[in-house]
Amino acid sequence: MGVGIEVEGLNAWFGTTQALHDIVMRIAPNHATAIIGPSGCGKSTFVRCLNRMHETLPETRVTGKVRIGDMEVYGNGTPAVQVRRQVGMVFQKPNPFPAMSIYDNVAAGLKLNGFRDRGKLDEIVERSLRMAALWDEVKDALKKKSGASLSGGQQQRLCIARALAVEPDVLLMDEPASALDPISTGKIEDLIFQLKENYTIVIVTHNMQQAARVAEFTGFFLLGRLIEFDKTEKIFTNPSEKRTEDYITGRFG
Amino acid sequence: MRNNAPLRRRGGISWSRRLKDYFATAMAVAALLLVLLPLAAIFIYLVQRGLGSISWAFLTQTPKPVGVAGGGMANAILGTGVILGIASAIGVPLGIGAGVFLSEYGRNRFGDAIRFTADVLNGVPSIVIGIVAYSLVVLKQKHFSALAGGVALGIMMIPTITRATEEMLLLVPRSVREAALGLGVSRWRTTVSITLRTAAAGIITGIMLAFARVAGETAPLLFTAFGSQFWSAKINQPIAALPLQIFVYAISPYDEWHRQAWAGALVLIALIVGTIAVVRLIASRGMMKGTA
Repeated sequence: MGVGIEVEGLNAWFGTTQALHDIVMRIAPNHATAIIGPSGCGKSTFVRCLNRMHETLPETRVTGKVRIGDMEVYGNGTPAVQVRRQVGMVFQKPNPFPAMSIYDNVAAGLKLNGFRDRGKLDEIVERSLRMAALWDEVKDALKKKSGASLSGGQQQRLCIARALAVEPDVLLMDEPASALDPISTGKIEDLIFQLKENYTIVIVTHNMQQAARVAEFTGFFLLGRLIEFDKTEKIFTNPSEKRTEDYITGRFG
Repeated sequence: MRNNAPLRRRGGISWSRRLKDYFATAMAVAALLLVLLPLAAIFIYLVQRGLGSISWAFLTQTPKPVGVAGGGMANAILGTGVILGIASAIGVPLGIGAGVFLSEYGRNRFGDAIRFTADVLNGVPSIVIGIVAYSLVVLKQKHFSALAGGVALGIMMIPTITRATEEMLLLVPRSVREAALGLGVSRWRTTVSITLRTAAAGIITGIMLAFARVAGETAPLLFTAFGSQFWSAKINQPIAALPLQIFVYAISPYDEWHRQAWAGALVLIALIVGTIAVVRLIASRGMMKGTA
């Protein structure tokens, strides 16, 4: 089941450049929350702070609090690998493991963490691929074809299946459809709708229609600050902030 | 389609441009032939001179004393295998380990220093490496040995493998590493199971280059493995090696030995090519179809 996310006073740096300023946000469980804003406003950095991926880049720093369910993400005793197991991530560009079969791609998260039960693994791989709406397209070549041999849209759904296989509570999606054609994008969006039942979803998007279609809540970022965070409907029809209105009406960004 | 028109109308390309095109192509082909010529010549000559002397006896018997006809290089073939085995056991893990370090943790001055050292080591003459192995192993043991030969060749393999591993690992996109980290896979597990695995094909090529280079080395073996006329696979004893045997036979005054030297050279090349082919075959079985 999905869990809620509470962010308090989150700051993030690249070297000496501050990318996020004092973000406060409460993300509801089992809903999709969209993060919008112009390029370079800190959207990606924000979601990458939620699963501690930001710190994998050189010379980066994070301060503040993030609580996911009852886990203190930046707590002293919390290992980053545990956070990332509970908070799955789908990246902007599909990134299947090129040297692995479709099956191994999906099983990778479990196998690399020491999961050995083969029967159970088969089950999880099938279930994950079904959830990602990819099963029917790949079931005949699971172990024969490389993940890299699929089309871009299929690769992205494979990456979603891979993230789901480790059974996270939260799924972060960093512009998951920006490299895809409209049909694949539609499939991913349908998927987000279904996944909401079981997961909390945070989706970064450049596409405001997409935010309006899939997300109940939307946060607008600008220059590393959270300008406005509210129900999607409110943000797109009656924003409280002038800057939000300017952005969604296309006056800048 | 208006935009394609100039491309389809060949008559539209001026004579001078076509001439330049033909000229450039001809030069490239000529350069290619010039490169291939010596290689082909060596190979053909080797087969001509060596093939006639390769017999079952040559491949299964040890050398006969001077003046006695027949005999073969079986012990040298075995010895080359033993020495290369030892060299690979030293050079491959150390080389890959250092390469992993350089690519994953070596983006700093310490890494630059190691990179520079590896490049220098790559340029050190093989005879000097032989002296190093001599003082490290032979002087300590107080006798020549297969181990000393293996150490010499192993040291020579390290820089090539290190640099190849580093280059290949750097080609693995960051997004692939992030995918693994994002699944909660630890950093070292990501490096071993994802990054190395993704780069495996290129790293194997690097290992094969290093292997082929040292397989024919003679100088560092002269005062390490030393050579032998007898069967031996003991790593603590002097051992025969094909390059050494070829060297001794080639500078001898006997026609019979000259013929055997040619045959030995052919066998050596066949062994190198064969090993590379087998390793590539095994490696390609482990790779997925459609890998980018």
